[in-house]
Order: sequence, then structure tokens, then C-alpha cells
Amino acid sequence: MKNKANVSNYALDTVKYTVCILLAILSILPFWIMLMNATRGTFEIQQHAVSLLPSTHLFDNIKVLAGKSFNPVTGFINSMIISTCATVCAVYFSSLTAYALMAYDWRMRQPFFTFIMAVMMIPAQVSGIGFYQFMYRIHWTNSFLPLILPVIAAPTIVFFMRQYLLATLQLDIVNSARIDGAGEFYTFNRIIMPIMKPAVATQAIFVFVGNWNNLFTPMILLTDHNKYTMPIMVSLLRGDIYKTEYGSIYLGLSLTVLPLFIVYFLLSKYIIAGVALGGVKE
Amino acid sequence: MRRRSVSYAKYGYIFSIPFVLAFIIFSFYPIIYTAVIGFTDLKGLTKTDFKFLDNPFQNFELILHNPSFITSLSNTAMIWIINFIPQILLALLLAAWFTNHRHHIKGQGAFKVLFYMPNIITAATIAILFSSLFGYPMGPMNDLFKTFGLSQESVNFLLQKWTARGVISFIQFWTWYGYTMLIFISGVLGINPELYEAAEMDGATSSQTFFRITLPSLRTIMLYMLVTSLIGGLQMFDIPKLFIPNQGPSNATLTTTVFIYNQAFSGSYMYNRAAAASMILFLIITTLSGVLFFIMRDKQAAKLRKQEKNRVKEFNKANRISARRAEV
Repeated sequence: MKNKANVSNYALDTVKYTVCILLAILSILPFWIMLMNATRGTFEIQQHAVSLLPSTHLFDNIKVLAGKSFNPVTGFINSMIISTCATVCAVYFSSLTAYALMAYDWRMRQPFFTFIMAVMMIPAQVSGIGFYQFMYRIHWTNSFLPLILPVIAAPTIVFFMRQYLLATLQLDIVNSARIDGAGEFYTFNRIIMPIMKPAVATQAIFVFVGNWNNLFTPMILLTDHNKYTMPIMVSLLRGDIYKTEYGSIYLGLSLTVLPLFIVYFLLSKYIIAGVALGGVKE
Repeated sequence: MRRRSVSYAKYGYIFSIPFVLAFIIFSFYPIIYTAVIGFTDLKGLTKTDFKFLDNPFQNFELILHNPSFITSLSNTAMIWIINFIPQILLALLLAAWFTNHRHHIKGQGAFKVLFYMPNIITAATIAILFSSLFGYPMGPMNDLFKTFGLSQESVNFLLQKWTARGVISFIQFWTWYGYTMLIFISGVLGINPELYEAAEMDGATSSQTFFRITLPSLRTIMLYMLVTSLIGGLQMFDIPKLFIPNQGPSNATLTTTVFIYNQAFSGSYMYNRAAAASMILFLIITTLSGVLFFIMRDKQAAKLRKQEKNRVKEFNKANRISARRAEV
């Protein structure tokens, strides 16, 4: 009988590992085909669109790609500026708001928290038309400010930071800082922010990636080619000018994915832990 | 004379100012503005001035009778359902495997990293990548089909309604199941281990443990996933927008957000109708959020409020003590 159980255990294990390995391949394969095709010529791709090995046409593809409107360097720099500023704003001001909710006893505190919970789910898309008209009127289209400043009010991050403070904040520390004559703002910057470092790091990754990948808002606001972000650059590959340049389309896609791959595999440990910790979509 | 203890309450307000200001300027005002535009004649590129319509609800009526809008709503629902059901089932299965103590899966960390990976890649890139993979006449997918003898002729996947929708559903599924799995795993790890120990002692099998303990304990998390995924699904934009130009044959992959975008930022720039459609979408999302809020509030809010009260009490006590100490 023990033998029988063992056999079925082996069978189950085989199924488990097979499924997991297949799913892993499913995660890798599309990107692998993309990277390989980035090095292959259009003719090769037309003959056989799948190849697991690279070819020699990488430089031809680079030439074709660079000769047209797709400009990965500009896109990269713009996305970098926006995502970095947005990340700094989001984590700093969310921590500040969370601290206000945790450390002080003020009358509007509970209503304010309820309010933050309530607006958590409002998506940017539904106010897109009003947002665009508003920005157009104050001449902020083609500016990075409307892509950065709104993240100061990030309810999900405030919620996360508050949960973190709930578990870690020792009010004794705040009190002893007060006794030593530290101002409230100084206490927050010099004592509370360092305590929140782990939470800040986790959230920073997600805010950065979220802003890096954002397509909707930049797409309605930015019309100047020099201001395009990476996702808008990618959407240019969709256009007619690249219709038959298969190799360079794959190359363009690869260029937008590579920075994310590098960041992801360097920080994957923290990212995976962060997802489990948050349970909040950003 | 006794000095009053120092009140720090005002800092609660001061530190909340940036959030409140940013919210009012960049969220609240645009929403109100969108709602107002919905009742006006605002259309045309570079236009900003408007006047209210004689029949204020004209845009809403037009949108609700617009067949494309109705199609976009049903497309959104279909694409979401086709992706969500397999996603939640697979995520549950994987979560059960990965948290099973008796049969530990080796290389779990690597699997988790790979399963979650598609989620952080730019959706715009993924849309165009898949559109290239399913290219016609000679895309990688067609290549594979021919190599394995599944079809002789090239198939134009994107011209067929259901394959086009199916691929979008698949992309959504593929990018989100890893996330859902990770949330479920953390949910399972949060279940009291004594329950599992007791079950093991009583000789329960793995599947019994899963259906009797794991699944019921995950109910709240599953509801949360359901509603957040539904709200996220209603905002699906990047992938349907870029996957097929002009959203395919007879609007097969037109989703609501893409419809709104196309109304406002192409053709005759009908900001007013797009605004009306946004408000309808907003109503749907608010209703769903209300449901979520109601479900989540009961247990969690009560627990949080209790914790809060205790903290406040302690804090006030500490404050009073420190104030007194400062006086001394």
C-alpha cells in the first residue's frame, strides 16, 4: 500500500513539475523569439519566423530602426525623468500623509482615512477628458509636470505606508525627539523616513515600473516627438513606416524591454516579496 | 499655574495638505470637469470653450444608443471573463502546490520570478509583440502551426473575431496569473498553521485540506481579487488599443476605454460624448467599488479601528507623560 502511494506521489510530482516548467517556458518564449528576431533579417523572418538562435543582422536592423521616427534614447531619457520624479514624489508625500494619519490625533483623521480608502479605486481614465482640457487650458500639454505631480496623491501607497507604520512606528521615538527639541518636520525627515526605508524601497519599485509603463496619460498629453515616453515610442512601431521591417520592429521592442529585464532580475527578490506584502494593485 | 499639554494635532492637517491639494487639482477637479463637459457641446481639436446643450442629457442618450459603445461594453466583459476564470483557477492550483509542506516543489523561487515577469513588462510592448507573433502571412505563430502540421495555409488570426479576442484574453491571463498566484500564496501563508496541523493529525488528504481549509480561508482575498480585477479589466486600454489597428473586424477588440479615447482624440474630437461615456463607466466602476468597500469594511475596518483606538490611547498617554516631563 505504501508503494502505491509512492507511485501516485511520483505521478503527481511529475504533473506539477511539467506544468511549472511549461508555464516558465510560456513566460520566456515570446521574449526569446523577440530577442532572436531582433538579430535576424526581414527575409530570414519571412522564411521562418521562429528561431531559437540569433543571426547576424543586428546592425542592419539598428540602421533601419534609427533611420525612422522611433528614438529609443529620447524615449528612455524622458521616461527616466518622469518615472524618477514621480517615484520620489509618490513615496515621499505618501509617507508624509501616512505619518499624519498615524502619529497625530486630529479630528478629521478617521474621515480622512475613510476618504482615502474610498478614492483608491478611481481610475485615471475616467477623468481623462477633463484632465486633458484642464491641462490644455493652462498650457501644460507637452510638459512633464502633469505626469509627475498627480502622483503626490496616491491613495494605494498611503494605504500601504500606513499599514507599515502601524506595525513599526514607535511613538516613544517621536516623543524623545520632541523632548530633544526636534521640530515635527525634522523628526519626520530624519527619524521616520529612515525607519520606513524598506517600505519605501518596495513601493518605489512598483511606482517606478507603473509610471514607466503608463501609456494612457502620456498619449493624450504629449504631441511633441521630443517629449515622447518609451511606451509611446513603442506604439510608433505599430505604424505603417515599419510595416515590413520585421527585424527592426523586434529590435525596437527588445530595446524597450531590456531595461525592465535588468531591473527585474536584479530586484526580483524584493519585487516578489513586495507583491505578497502589498496585496494592493498599483 | 498649570500649562496645557502641547497639542500636535495641527501637524496632522499640515502633513496632509500636499495629498489633499494634489487630489483636488489633479483628480477631483478633472472628474467634475469631465462630468460638466458631458452636458455641453465641446468638440473639435484645440477647442476649450463650450455651452450647455438645450437637452442636457443628449450626449448620454446618444452614447447609450451608440452600438459601438454597447459593443465595447460587451467586449470588455467577454475579454475579462475569458481571462479571469482560468486565471483564478490556475493561480489557486499553483498557490496550493507552492504552499504544500508535504510535497515541496524545488526551484519555487525561480518559478515565481518567471511567472510574475510578464506583469512588469510594458503592456504597450507586449501588445505589439503579440501582434507580431500572430502576424500574417508569416508570423512565428503561423510558423509553429505549419511546423507542427496544425494547418497548411497561413491563418490571419487577427481578422477573426474570436481569435482576436481570445489572444487579448490570453495576454491578460498571461500577464496577471503570476500576480494573482503571489497574492493567494501570501493569503495561504496567513492562515493559522494550527488548522493544518490539526487536519494532518486527523489524517486529512491534501485535497481535503485544500477544499475544507485553504479555500474557505481565502474567500475574502478572492472577493478582493474579483473586484479589483473587474475594475482593472474595465480600464483595459494599452493592449486592445495597440494589438490590432482600429480594433479589428467589426470592433471585435474595442473596449470601453479605447472607445472613449477614440471618441475624444481622433476623428471629430468629440470631447463631450467621450466625457459622457467616461461618466457612465465611472458610475459602473463606483458601483463595483462600493460593493468591494462594503464587503471589505465589515471585518477589516472594525479590526483596524480597534487597533487605532488602542494606539491613540497609548499615544495620548505617552504625550501627556512627556509633556509633564517637559514641564518638570
